[in-house]
Amino acid sequence: MSHIIDRRLNGKNKSAVNRERFLRRFKAQIKEAVGKAIKGRSITDIESGENVSIPVKDISEPSFHHGRGGVGEHVHPGNEEFVQGDRIKRPQGGGGGGGGGKASNEGEGEDDFAFQLSREEFMNVFFEDLALPNLVKTQLMGIEEMKPVRAGYTNDGTPANISIVRSLRGALARRVAMAAPTLARLREAEEDLDTLLESDDDNGMEVRERRRHIHALREKINHIPFIDPFDLRYNNRVKQPKPTSKAVMFCLMDVSGSMDEGKKDMAKRFFILLYLFLQRNYEKIEVVFIRHHTSAVEVNEQDFFHSRESGGTVVSSALNLMADIVKKRYANSEWNIYAAQASDGDNWDSDSANCGKILQENILPWCQYYAYIEITEGEPQNLWYEYLRVAGQHKHFAMQKIRSPADIYPVFRELFKRQPATR
Amino acid sequence: MTAISTGSEWTFDLIDEYDKALRDIAVNEFQLDCYPNQLEVITAEQMMDAYSSVGMPVNYHHWSFGKHFVSTEKSYKRGQMGLAYEIVINANPCIAYLMEENSMTMQALVIAHAAYGHNSFFKGNYLFRTWTDASAIIDYLVFARQYISRCEERYGIDAVEELLDSCHALMNYGVDRYKRPQKLSLAEEQARLHEREAYLQTQVNDLWRTIPRRERDDSAKAAPRFPAEPQENLLYFIEKSAPLLEPWQREIIRIVRKVAQYFYPQRQTQVMNEGWATFWHYTLLNRLYEKGVVTDGFMMEFLQSHTNVVYQPPVTARWYNGINPYALGFAMYQDIKRICEAPTAEDREWFPDIAGTPWRPVLEFAMKNFKDESFISQYLSPKLIRDFRLFAIRDDDRDDKLEVAAIHDERGYRRIRQMLSEQYNLGSREPNIQVWNVNLRGDRSLTLRHSMHNRKPLEAGSAQEVLKHVSRLWGFDVKLESVDADGSITQTFSCKPDVTAMV
Repeated sequence: MSHIIDRRLNGKNKSAVNRERFLRRFKAQIKEAVGKAIKGRSITDIESGENVSIPVKDISEPSFHHGRGGVGEHVHPGNEEFVQGDRIKRPQGGGGGGGGGKASNEGEGEDDFAFQLSREEFMNVFFEDLALPNLVKTQLMGIEEMKPVRAGYTNDGTPANISIVRSLRGALARRVAMAAPTLARLREAEEDLDTLLESDDDNGMEVRERRRHIHALREKINHIPFIDPFDLRYNNRVKQPKPTSKAVMFCLMDVSGSMDEGKKDMAKRFFILLYLFLQRNYEKIEVVFIRHHTSAVEVNEQDFFHSRESGGTVVSSALNLMADIVKKRYANSEWNIYAAQASDGDNWDSDSANCGKILQENILPWCQYYAYIEITEGEPQNLWYEYLRVAGQHKHFAMQKIRSPADIYPVFRELFKRQPATR
Repeated sequence: MTAISTGSEWTFDLIDEYDKALRDIAVNEFQLDCYPNQLEVITAEQMMDAYSSVGMPVNYHHWSFGKHFVSTEKSYKRGQMGLAYEIVINANPCIAYLMEENSMTMQALVIAHAAYGHNSFFKGNYLFRTWTDASAIIDYLVFARQYISRCEERYGIDAVEELLDSCHALMNYGVDRYKRPQKLSLAEEQARLHEREAYLQTQVNDLWRTIPRRERDDSAKAAPRFPAEPQENLLYFIEKSAPLLEPWQREIIRIVRKVAQYFYPQRQTQVMNEGWATFWHYTLLNRLYEKGVVTDGFMMEFLQSHTNVVYQPPVTARWYNGINPYALGFAMYQDIKRICEAPTAEDREWFPDIAGTPWRPVLEFAMKNFKDESFISQYLSPKLIRDFRLFAIRDDDRDDKLEVAAIHDERGYRRIRQMLSEQYNLGSREPNIQVWNVNLRGDRSLTLRHSMHNRKPLEAGSAQEVLKHVSRLWGFDVKLESVDADGSITQTFSCKPDVTAMV
């Protein structure tokens, strides 16, 4: 006897653990690939998977096998022209003729093992660097941002969702519909009985017969169930993304000679993190890039991260430019304004006090959040102290000195705590 | 009789009906002896899952399976490859997977191929009977998975993973090739008896013990070798003798060994096994057609996919990739049947004992008592060599040219048959490496010895890599020597253990 089993409903991700083990094993390579990807990508395009390739030699599982040389004898099908004793030139490369085990170390064997990281996997690796708390991770991954909305009724669901009114209304309709024919016959029979009783003939037998019939019909009506599983209706809820609004994000960066590639890369992660957060909370986000040395310009993303400038540093130039742009383009109240500033801490000495003033008067009153990171190994300079003073007075101003990507998160701690989408 | 179905859609009822019809023919007409069948309908994703854990429904977790899965998934999604139609598991009951996407015809084909073909092979062939226990394998794998995941919890995923990596590298050297003769345990028994007698004797001779004995001259005698004789099951040797392993590590080595042993017969019977299953799906479905149970359309679809399966591209084709085991196996069984039913004079000369006898018992005998190597050397007929236009090439590195050693002519038949058989001999396909010696008195180093066959050297890069794994398991220095036919050492490798790794 054969046994036929339908296994299609069993879980299909049996290999998920093995896949995860695989990723775990090649974490170093994957991290590197993700790092490269972050460098290459635009801030606004951070959230898709990534192709990763790993050299085959890292990934192969070794086993003993024969190398080249010695005597090999091989049988092949499809002889066309050879006769015994023919001597043929040895084919070069991995051709069909000669000894086994050629493919492994030469030529085509060296292709990389390439595969696709899913979005989740990509983001996990990205977040790992930044040492985000788990709650924040799930928030950024977009799990909490759904809101259940009523969407009519369904025929199945959990008992907690039973819609009593709907169910009973259905039950009533069913009872009416099912009882209708019987009820008609009952009326007929009752009338019949009345006429019988009104006539004077002696028809006790018939009367009794009719009465029994009427009784049976009544019983039949009584047997229609009051409520049936068929009547049950459940409130249906579907998940919809929360309604959101518009935000603008300002990226301010010092591009003077002292900001090298490594510092810029760190700054980029800082901007990405803010962008991700905003993306969860706002439907539409605009990003404004402002770079500055002694003077500030608004540039596109490419120039922002990749062109080098040299010379001194006047931070207030960037702040002024930002204040101007806010006034010109984002003045009305529907824009939520966020700003992220990255610098190595250098500033023209007399300019720092100026910066504090501009921040407090022209920027912070309009901003939802202002985050500042100083990427430096050295001692803080006067800008830092000026900003410290500002931070003391404004809760939505955050600042942090960072050395590695893991230091970035604390800047945003307030931001992630607050769930600002509700504002 | 009317056709069971006409469309290409399958339903569970139809599968049941086809299965009954096939069973009727397979069991009642052709007396195939099968395990009970369990047909499982699965989706393509599940098929990929099954793929990547070497076809087993349960298996322990390891990154290499994930790697396999990732690459299968990738090429499947890009449409570079279709999935195999079937996977069948040598278990009792025999589990065969039917993919949801298959048409009714393909389902019937898979049932015939897997559930009657492979199934009867698993039950009948001597290698499977000797080395695998069909009724226990699933339970064993469940145990293995649980054991290994407990180890992961206790000793960390990394430690277990490293150990499994090392074991996998030696997996092909973790099988017993010969059943040890039963009398070994009898010999042990006698040895123990002997020991006991000797002990009693010492009690009796206690008196004599006070007499001073002469110092024996030990230097003349060579130090005792360990192991006393070379051992070919490296994993077994390591499991039993590696000095530093913890008990759980030995148990995991044992698990890998058992799994390797379970798959060992499959590696030795590719041609026979696939050929047998193909032969039977061909025979059974044709029989269905003769009985009028299936339609012409069914047959066309079946024949189209059957022809694809048994196609043998010639050596000149760009997609030539060695001999197709389905093609060779199928042709051989068909040929044996032909020799039985309609022998030519040549067949009578080459196969006097089977020519003209009933084909069914001959085929059964051939299936039960051979492996690829011996099957080919026993049954490959001159006609088949001609049909395939087989020819043999000799590749000698001391010769600047290749030589055509034999072709499909009178002089070449035997040579080709012998060479093809040799080509399927696992023993010569894989390097012959054995445990040679352990330096018991000194540094405890382990020496492996590779006996060269036809002067074939080891591939140096991978050998060195594997040796690292061996030394990780052994815990002390490991050496590997390649020895040629004259007994002189031509290649040596050595590896010191990474001291921090396995403490």
